[in-house]
Amino acid sequence: MSTSRPIRVLVTKIGLDGHDRGSRIVAAYLRDAGMEVIYTPPWQTIAGVVKLALEEDVEVIGISSLATDHLIVPKMMAALREARLDHVGVIVGGIVPEEEKPALIAAGVSQVFGPGAGREDIVDCVASLGLQARERRADEFSEASR
Amino acid sequence: MGIDTAVSSLAARLHGGERRAIARAITLMEDGGPAAIALQAAIQPWTGRALTIGFTGPPGAGKSTLVDAFVAELRKAGRTVAVAAVDPSSPLSGGAVLGDRIRMGRHTEDEGVFIRSVAARGHLGGLSETTHHIVDVFDAAGWDVVVIETVGAGQSEVEIVDVADIRIVVNAPGLGDDVQAIKAGILEIASILVVNKADLPLASRTVRQLRAMLSLRPQEQQAVPVLETVASSGQGVAALLAAVDAIAPDDPAQHSERRRARLRRLVAEAAAAIVKRSVAERQDDAFEAMLDRVAAGETSIVCAAALSLDASHLDRDPEAARMTDRSDAATDHAA
Repeated sequence: MSTSRPIRVLVTKIGLDGHDRGSRIVAAYLRDAGMEVIYTPPWQTIAGVVKLALEEDVEVIGISSLATDHLIVPKMMAALREARLDHVGVIVGGIVPEEEKPALIAAGVSQVFGPGAGREDIVDCVASLGLQARERRADEFSEASR
Repeated sequence: MGIDTAVSSLAARLHGGERRAIARAITLMEDGGPAAIALQAAIQPWTGRALTIGFTGPPGAGKSTLVDAFVAELRKAGRTVAVAAVDPSSPLSGGAVLGDRIRMGRHTEDEGVFIRSVAARGHLGGLSETTHHIVDVFDAAGWDVVVIETVGAGQSEVEIVDVADIRIVVNAPGLGDDVQAIKAGILEIASILVVNKADLPLASRTVRQLRAMLSLRPQEQQAVPVLETVASSGQGVAALLAAVDAIAPDDPAQHSERRRARLRRLVAEAAAAIVKRSVAERQDDAFEAMLDRVAAGETSIVCAAALSLDASHLDRDPEAARMTDRSDAATDHAA
């Protein structure tokens, strides 16, 4: 049963940039692919994203960045790890200079989508990250009480 | 680790208030299946303590914004709040954009607030099929207040009656004439009626219409308060909380009566599902012959249905057998 339920994705923006057209379009793509998208306004804090991802039990986080907010994504990745949310897949979409992509990948981001990225590519990537996340914490509810 | 050990470990963690366990338990409840059934039994003894408040009303009335303001008011009073915000799923793709969070941003980092977006997943009635189990999870985890926000509801989405101690029906000015207000349905289930966006010109007329509607109701419904709010500014929200507290059931017996009615309905629904599955899957000759007689007009569908309620077929239903085992195990565990 748990293999057929919709993948849950958080689509959000961190930092001070408010251009949310892209994140809305991606949210609609993912909805049309049968996923449950938790959509927030821009300007989320890193602590907020961590709490959101935990409460909503998402499997994937999509961060939209159009004005250098991607530079704080590594900080967010560390915060996710600290909250033991490292099973969650993370993608970044928007404007990320080519030379700054490796730092994001090194920080644990799975994929960085730029302008012109195709709907299919985004959907496929999120779907496979979602299933991976589900597998990674498949036995989690049996984890010992801390 | 066996499923029962795993479930009781998860139950203990969520009872201790661990957020991660709460989030995981909700996902498990939404998935259904044996683990969910075992978890429901395991947490049942810890439920019935939280005050449950439902917000319902038509799309665009301002439910999410009002919930946001209401949560802020509860937090001022130092009460912890869990919110289950239900939004519709696409009938085409099954996907959903869950946007209730858009209006609840100020609580994102507050540890005294837990918000979970819930997709209705095709269920009608204003909630998802498992919303009442989600409420139980929050209740068992020790949240003071559980707020349930339904999908934008029209007239017949009244399932919230089953789940919430107090039902707040949110209206906005200009959404319908006074004939709408005398129709049967959602207005009848209100513990409190709210006219939100009360700063709009037609608000006082809407309040008058609702009061006029109430005056035609049975005596006990005439006391339903009609309040005005402007959720975006917070105006009237303190009065709304005061009205909620004034009618909150402090008599535990009243509380348990409603819960008992709900349990009765849940058991009846589960029984119906077992019977439906077992009858639908019958392939024996007698059943086929009966279908022939129905097709030929020799017997009616209702008659055939009564004849197919043969308990011996229920015994053979593997799903029912498995669930019986499961609930026995859960009972043993609780004992």
